[in-house]
Amino acid sequence: MSQPIAIVSVAQLPSIRRDRTRDEAEMVQPIVTEAMQKIGLKQADIGFTCSGSSDYLVGRPFSFVAAVDGLVTWPPIRESHVEMDGAWALFEALIRLRHGDIDTALVFAFGKSSLGPIPDVMNVQNDPYYVQPLNLDSFSQAALQARAMIDAGKATERDFAEIVVRNRRNAKSNPNAQVKGDFDVEAILAEKTISSPIRKSFSPPLSDSCVAVVLASGDKAKKLVKRPAWIRGIDHRIEPYSLGVRDLTQSVSTRIAAEKVGVNAKKNDIAEIHTPFAHQEILIKEALGLDSSVVVNPSGGALAANPIMATGLIRFIEAATRIHAGEANRAIVHATSGVTMQQNLVAVLEGE
Amino acid sequence: MAENCAIIGIGQTKYAAIRKDVSLPGLLREAALRALEDAGMTFADMDAIILGTAPDMFEGVMMPELFFADALGAVGKPILRVHTAGSVGGTTGIVAASTIQTRTYDKVLCIAFEKQSESDAMWALSPAIPFQPQLVAGAGGYFAPLIRSYIRRSGAPEDVGMMVAVKDRQHALKNPYAHLHVDETMETVRNSPMLWDPIRYSETCPSSDGACAMVLVNEKIGKAHPKKPAWVRGTAMRTEATFFSGRDQINPLAGRECAKDVYSQAGITDPAKQIDTAEIYVPFSWFEPMWLENLGFAEVGTGWKWTLEGKTKLGAELPINASGGVMSTNPIGASGLIRFAEAALQVRGQAGEHQVDGAKLALGHAYGGGSQFFSMWVVGDSPV
Repeated sequence: MSQPIAIVSVAQLPSIRRDRTRDEAEMVQPIVTEAMQKIGLKQADIGFTCSGSSDYLVGRPFSFVAAVDGLVTWPPIRESHVEMDGAWALFEALIRLRHGDIDTALVFAFGKSSLGPIPDVMNVQNDPYYVQPLNLDSFSQAALQARAMIDAGKATERDFAEIVVRNRRNAKSNPNAQVKGDFDVEAILAEKTISSPIRKSFSPPLSDSCVAVVLASGDKAKKLVKRPAWIRGIDHRIEPYSLGVRDLTQSVSTRIAAEKVGVNAKKNDIAEIHTPFAHQEILIKEALGLDSSVVVNPSGGALAANPIMATGLIRFIEAATRIHAGEANRAIVHATSGVTMQQNLVAVLEGE
Repeated sequence: MAENCAIIGIGQTKYAAIRKDVSLPGLLREAALRALEDAGMTFADMDAIILGTAPDMFEGVMMPELFFADALGAVGKPILRVHTAGSVGGTTGIVAASTIQTRTYDKVLCIAFEKQSESDAMWALSPAIPFQPQLVAGAGGYFAPLIRSYIRRSGAPEDVGMMVAVKDRQHALKNPYAHLHVDETMETVRNSPMLWDPIRYSETCPSSDGACAMVLVNEKIGKAHPKKPAWVRGTAMRTEATFFSGRDQINPLAGRECAKDVYSQAGITDPAKQIDTAEIYVPFSWFEPMWLENLGFAEVGTGWKWTLEGKTKLGAELPINASGGVMSTNPIGASGLIRFAEAALQVRGQAGEHQVDGAKLALGHAYGGGSQFFSMWVVGDSPV
């Protein structure tokens, strides 16, 4: 049995709509340095480095290669990259740590959502032969799912508005959030629809940010910090791509992953879930089987800050921060990917 | 103790410039189903899928593994998408092996592909990036100056690059899956147009459509398998930055350290003697002698002599790229995994006409970016 693995340090660049001053390397360098420095580590002390990002956000191939220039890679390092949200980079790093020959790993993710027309770019995730020509952009994708939920009697537009208000109110105490404050349900419901029933406020902001996590195993984690956030379980699953064969009002993959990691084996204090569109929070809470005592998205979630490809890893960071501070003892983390949440990851973090 | 990882299924597509007969999912399924058939398994037996491919812009689908979930039998399972530039095929194999060695999964399908005909890789490799000159030169334009430096440093005669091209294309004639089946001679190479001095057209890899898949399992399943598995004896990856004035791009430190790491895991002290054959990533002919040195097979400055003396031909001392290599087949994202798979085929004794007699230990090698990302594995005919 391999050593338990924990999150021992985190760092975030505050999410903003448009960062005109930094390229990939300039976003990565200060944040990974901060995450390591907080616990007295340097790149040379790190056993494995893994990142998550997508070329299509930046509109260039090998965008992660440019990010590597933000690391200290001399002498050369053990390094890998997933073209996925950083939450899956954390998963790869965790597997690497299970070998036991190294005891620290650095994980980072960056999302520069300001460089292109993101809602249209997200159509490129679709089947290139039959669906991309229809231009199923991110609003239309979300609308299909939100409409299906309303039709199934699972939620109303008012529920969606209330979710937005609560998340953005929670974000008021989050220095890294982009959209925060006291919003009004009636005003949100009075907004024009972009793709019915999706309104601007039901949608996530687009953010530029870079975030980093340091993982450590066993005794090393205990040596580095007083209260590591132990990753007690992690699992991820995918659903069919074809929208026509999925019940969009269910998150089957989240449910499988939640069972595998034992989400409800103990009492949960908080859950940080990756639900960019308001209606998705209802789906994921249901699939995770969370009871009403669990505080969902104390950070404000993806409705408050959404650097695409980093938003999932931020869920780990927000949950771990509260465990490090002793504010929570058990946290559920969820990350999503793909059209209408096709792929989902669930993890359990514990302070003890 | 780490779990031993066995390779019990290997599948490749027929490689070609344009595979018009298959869609993207169809191309992947061709390789995946062959690997599963070799393993005597089905998609239902797989615990997870590890998928690798180079930049998504090569096909115009963002994170295409999402679209492939149905076609790859991944529904309800984990799928992980690796992307580490040109080395990605190799890294995909390493991550897949890692999931077995750490007992995260017992049986995984790893697959890598590229369908270059869906777009224009030369375009995708030459973007206009703010504050950087737009090279519009593709990979050849980047690597030609490195090759010129190698020639100047080592004093290698001009023929060496051409000899590699002829050798690899002759090897490819023995590999039914290879893209280029050309009866190449020194004359045909010499007479081909100069693209990026000193790289001639015939000293360049082709643009291919293709996929390669492998089924990796734990020791218990591997030992029970009726056909001889290949066993993973070591894996390593190393990265160095693109822009750093202290690096030597001709003989990168990341490559040397990666090789040292993988050899030490496999108990190799003298690679030239102990390794029976190697599949190394040679997209432009001259990279054979360059990597022979970087990998520690030849002394620095002497790799070209190995090629010149014919030591790297099939049947000689150290056959390099018996499959025809990247010079004959280059679906970019898959090319690294093909190297790893061909190394495994050799130690399984399954390489057919391009089999290296009695191969027991083989190296698979991939590199990417500006000669900065390296992935390697050593496979053997026994677990230890």
